Amino acid sequence: MAQLNVAVSNPEPGMTREQELIAQVQRGQTDLFYELVRPYERRVYAAALAILRNETDAEDAAQEAMLKALANIRQFRAEARFSTWLIQITVNEALMRRRRERTRMTEGIEDHRDEVGEYTPRDFADWREIPSEALERKEVRQKLAEALASLDRKYREVFVLRDMEQLNIQETAEALDISVASVKTRLLRARLMLRDLLAGGWEQGWFSRLPFEKGTKPW
Amino acid sequence: MVNREAVNCEQVWKEIANYIEGDVDAGLRAVMDEHFGVCKRCKSVLQGTRNVIQLYGDERMIEVPAGFGRRLERRLARGARVRRSTWSTWSAWLVPVAALALIAGGLRWANSLTVPHPLQSEHAQPGRNIPPDMVVVVSAGAKDFHVPGCDVIHNKEKVRTLTAKEAIREGYVPCVRCMRKYLRAASAAHIFGEAEAIVDVSIEEDHTNSRAR
Repeated sequence: MAQLNVAVSNPEPGMTREQELIAQVQRGQTDLFYELVRPYERRVYAAALAILRNETDAEDAAQEAMLKALANIRQFRAEARFSTWLIQITVNEALMRRRRERTRMTEGIEDHRDEVGEYTPRDFADWREIPSEALERKEVRQKLAEALASLDRKYREVFVLRDMEQLNIQETAEALDISVASVKTRLLRARLMLRDLLAGGWEQGWFSRLPFEKGTKPW
Repeated sequence: MVNREAVNCEQVWKEIANYIEGDVDAGLRAVMDEHFGVCKRCKSVLQGTRNVIQLYGDERMIEVPAGFGRRLERRLARGARVRRSTWSTWSAWLVPVAALALIAGGLRWANSLTVPHPLQSEHAQPGRNIPPDMVVVVSAGAKDFHVPGCDVIHNKEKVRTLTAKEAIREGYVPCVRCMRKYLRAASAAHIFGEAEAIVDVSIEEDHTNSRAR
């Protein structure tokens, strides 16, 4: 026991705070687990929401996933990114819930096929970068969230995991149990569709108070 | 596969995600860069797509419901308590169970040490495995009971015939010579865990003796 206390109070030199916390929780200091996952709680929630599309279900799934992560913390290996590990557990939990729900609702078999044919972009206005300050405005964030929510599930999930959760292509494929080729196809479509949706949003004045020159669009 | 000599807009759109990911080879990248330089439509698609990635990749795009963090913290604390109490419940049971297992194992081990050497103390062994109704003889002043005709019966003139069960009840012990096969069989059976299946006439003997005393 004395040895344990020494190890906890004197972490190995060169360890990041996250590595220290992981080691401490793995040794049984479970009260530190929230501190460990707090930086990722938003991403975990977003991953669950992308799959479940319901805030209450997403929150419950995110909490359950974190409890599972706590229960299995000893299985985490330092070779992996902790955030990726958490998100993969969350995606599994959310997918499991959705499958259970669909079974309960006796819905038809899901169509996992990617759409054939190329997606053709619709809007070709002159490009101009949207300043990141735009995200300070709640209505802009709201519109972007609505555009994302309007995507078909298979495109939304891939886009969220790759472009919002920052998983790589391989990790996204593994988390969703689909092929790398499918991830690439869906990601391309998701990005192009969102681009067109946001271009349409421009017409509707989503970004009207942003400092663009009159007559130009952000793309 | 994209024709690198004359890439058109549709081919560029098809590869645009891979281009952004850095997942195209140097030759294709050069051809696409050249195309973006002259094609405003494709440049619009490229930059618009980059805009999408940049906007949605921003942490501020992920909004959680009010109180989400506090509720998560509470649930994790509850989960941690449950895990600790579950473990303490298990560990509370594990200690006595482990102790009992150790005692039982110790007894069995101790027993295994004595059983393989029965000949050193055969007289001390009860008459296990001896058919209770077997006819045996005892003689006055002796402590053993024997198969009739045994060579080592003392005071052969004063033998008395009775059953093994009765002899044991009266406090006689089996003769180490003529009852040897029963004693060995009993020892071997005990080693193989069959002792319980053997007729144990000594139980009744103990009861009788204690009543007699």
